[in-house]
Amino acid sequence: MSNYDLIVLGSGPGGYVAAIRAAQLGLKTAIVERENLGGICLNWGCIPTKALLRSAEILHYMQHAKAYGLAADNIRADLDAVVKRSRGVAKQLNQGVTHLMKKNKITVHMGEGKLTGPTSLTVTSDKGSENLTAKHIIVATGARARDLPFAPADGKRIWTYRHAMVPAEMPTKLLVIGSGAIGVEFASFYKDMGAEVTIVEMLDRVVPVEDADVSAFLEKALKKQGMTILTGAGVQSLTSSANGVRAEIKDRDGKVQAVDFSHAIVAIGIVPNSENLGLEGLGVAMTKGHINTDPYCRTNVPGLWAIGDITAPPWLAHKASHEGVIAAEAIAAELGNKDVHPHPMDAKNIPGCTYCHPQIASVGLTEEKAKAAGHKLRVGNFPFIGNGKAIALGEAEGFVKTVFDADSGELLGAHMVGAEVTEMIQGYTIGKTAELVEGDFIHSVFPHPTISESMHEAVLAAYGRAIHI
Amino acid sequence: MAIELKMPALSPTMEEGTLAKWLVKVGDSVNSGDLLAEIETDKATMEFEAVDEGVISQILVPEGSEGVKVGSVIALIGSDASDVASDATPVAPVAVASPPAPAPVASPAPAPAAVAAAPSGDRIKASPLAKRIAAARGVDLASLSGSGPNGRIVKADVEAAGSATAASAPVATAPVVVAAAPAAPATNAAIPDFGIPHVDEKLSGMRKTIAKRLTQSMAEAPHIYLSVDVRLDALLKLRGELNTSLADRGVKLSVNDMLIKALALALETVPQCNVSFGGDVLRQYQRSDISVAVSIPGGLITPIITDAASKSLSKISTEMAELAERAKAGKLQPHEYQGGTASISNMGMMGIKHFTAVINPPQAMILAVGAGEKRPYIVDDALAIATVMTVTGSFDHRAIDGADGAQLIKIFKQLVEKPMNLVA
Repeated sequence: MSNYDLIVLGSGPGGYVAAIRAAQLGLKTAIVERENLGGICLNWGCIPTKALLRSAEILHYMQHAKAYGLAADNIRADLDAVVKRSRGVAKQLNQGVTHLMKKNKITVHMGEGKLTGPTSLTVTSDKGSENLTAKHIIVATGARARDLPFAPADGKRIWTYRHAMVPAEMPTKLLVIGSGAIGVEFASFYKDMGAEVTIVEMLDRVVPVEDADVSAFLEKALKKQGMTILTGAGVQSLTSSANGVRAEIKDRDGKVQAVDFSHAIVAIGIVPNSENLGLEGLGVAMTKGHINTDPYCRTNVPGLWAIGDITAPPWLAHKASHEGVIAAEAIAAELGNKDVHPHPMDAKNIPGCTYCHPQIASVGLTEEKAKAAGHKLRVGNFPFIGNGKAIALGEAEGFVKTVFDADSGELLGAHMVGAEVTEMIQGYTIGKTAELVEGDFIHSVFPHPTISESMHEAVLAAYGRAIHI
Repeated sequence: MAIELKMPALSPTMEEGTLAKWLVKVGDSVNSGDLLAEIETDKATMEFEAVDEGVISQILVPEGSEGVKVGSVIALIGSDASDVASDATPVAPVAVASPPAPAPVASPAPAPAAVAAAPSGDRIKASPLAKRIAAARGVDLASLSGSGPNGRIVKADVEAAGSATAASAPVATAPVVVAAAPAAPATNAAIPDFGIPHVDEKLSGMRKTIAKRLTQSMAEAPHIYLSVDVRLDALLKLRGELNTSLADRGVKLSVNDMLIKALALALETVPQCNVSFGGDVLRQYQRSDISVAVSIPGGLITPIITDAASKSLSKISTEMAELAERAKAGKLQPHEYQGGTASISNMGMMGIKHFTAVINPPQAMILAVGAGEKRPYIVDDALAIATVMTVTGSFDHRAIDGADGAQLIKIFKQLVEKPMNLVA
């Protein structure tokens, strides 16, 4: 029986960051993890997929070497080696988190945690079980892939992201169900690796949370790469056999057709890991399995907090990490620390990145949503074809779009598609967080030659002042 | 020599007010004691009297200006009429956030017309967006406290502050900016426009205060509610007898007067409920001052019967009648409605059987009183008819435990059902 100031249940990008911030603030902190320190993000999500996609990207460049005046023959991909590299990256980061826990004197309890009260839990592992108590507990148990109700993933022919990350064999003809971030990232990876890829999306456009212009652009780009994109379509049945899967796909006109694939990846969303944690017994308020929280991540049960995918969307690692910091600071404040001043999260300022090819990055409202919210708009759009660096890189496909409130000059949203955009979106995010207006962006000097100049031009474009178009 | 006329602090907590109406104009001579203006504070409209004499040479804050900070210069008084002409230069209204032009003043008196927005030495930290919205809405940044990093004023702070320059109410069709402006401080959500014909009326200071305080109370104080039925027959009988003997003195006790006393006595018996939650401290009051909710045009006000436990019923009754009358006329002095250690709200006269009330912070309890009505009642194991009312106490659970709240309600019930203690 140990008594802590704070126990964090789950060590993903929400949980381990919360624990480190709490330790920095002098709290006696423990973290409970049932599987891998670092959670899905480091071990099975964000990071290993980026490693896979990097291999695919380099393969893509090698195949297009001629376009850069280079010759490369006999280009092949070794799937096992690509996956091995990805696992190596995950392992390195997992060890990094282990080191960070030690450095910050955070006690790690490996095992399955279950709440026995708002401020107590048991941790069960092979070695037995132990009871822990704390003044506060943060639940950060995350989420997992949602299965198709009629065809649960089996890891053989029907995969979730987790199987797709460590494939035993290379798919020849791949069906991707769902065109959110995970769906299009794996579609891109396997396409670049040589598979024939079909994406089925129920809504009327791919990456439906993004701005409609981005969806349209991406759909065109993916089709140009040779993918089959079926929007407004649904998979009605999925039967796997030893040789592959057969899907009955209902297209946008209502016609049902049976198509054979070698493998299918199900990427239709997530389910929160809120079962078997003892939450119901404590009367924790939830919405569809996701825990309700206030802007400082408090649940309705005093002493119990929740962050990350187990709470409201967006379900993104960096949102979880930021909530971890907010919760840790709010807890420190409740425990008497007068020097911390947590600031609540503003969901409008959380960027989103998708690492398909071409990449997508965005923050804030889409044009459609901004209009629906009653704003009078000024919209700017700048294509990469007007950017010298993009042309030099051979990456002239893409654009930056800005959505401003015409009255106040507030940057309501920014949407980018193309090379390196995931590394650039933070510029707009900082601007939005600091509540900069159009003049601040216009008067900032952007370095030449960079693709980021397109961000400047997109602001100028919104005010009818773009230089290079 | 011009005398600066400054925005007065009409109550100890007043930080800013609305200059509702000027009762003088430029060129008027004023003497000490003359009424100069009507100032609307968070709860009441009060008259502002002249202390100095002279001639009004300049009015710097126009009628209807909201959020005028205490101590800011609102007008200049010259020594004679000759000052008027020389001071007639138009001056930027204070409410506008752009740097106000220093008003040329005839005398060497260092009297910049700049009021709230004047650079007072400290730079105002505000985001570019907050500055722009403030300028568009006429919100004075100097009057705001920032919720952003390092106290920076951000958009949400400006939106919460409402607008000083929104078109005067009522407006027939509200553009988005106006619709968003009068939002209560606790919420900055604009009302979406669904095209339904409507009229937007600008919130009064009182309405804003009500919205802010009730939202704060529900958000911060975890309420628990404890209800009990109370038999009234004995109290009604006693009231009849007392009123017969008090008739000569022109006093007529109401049931509510007696309930005020009962609540005060109950609080003396259970002092754990006569408290305020102060974050780091729990304040235990050593006197029971009962705030009594009085409905007035456009809102509600809570005049206070101080030390109600030690006052006679007749004293409470005459005081209450007098306070209620002045409350309805909007003439209460701030000390008459600010303070109080617990509240009572009676909706019995409107036939409401049972309701729960929102605690009036920083108080920690309020008693909601329903209508007294004849109900079937068990007396000595037999069904009888009795006059019964339902009362419900709301308690701030941070400060008051359920058992203590229940004890208070129990004592209150005993006092009402055996009412001789109210006159003892």
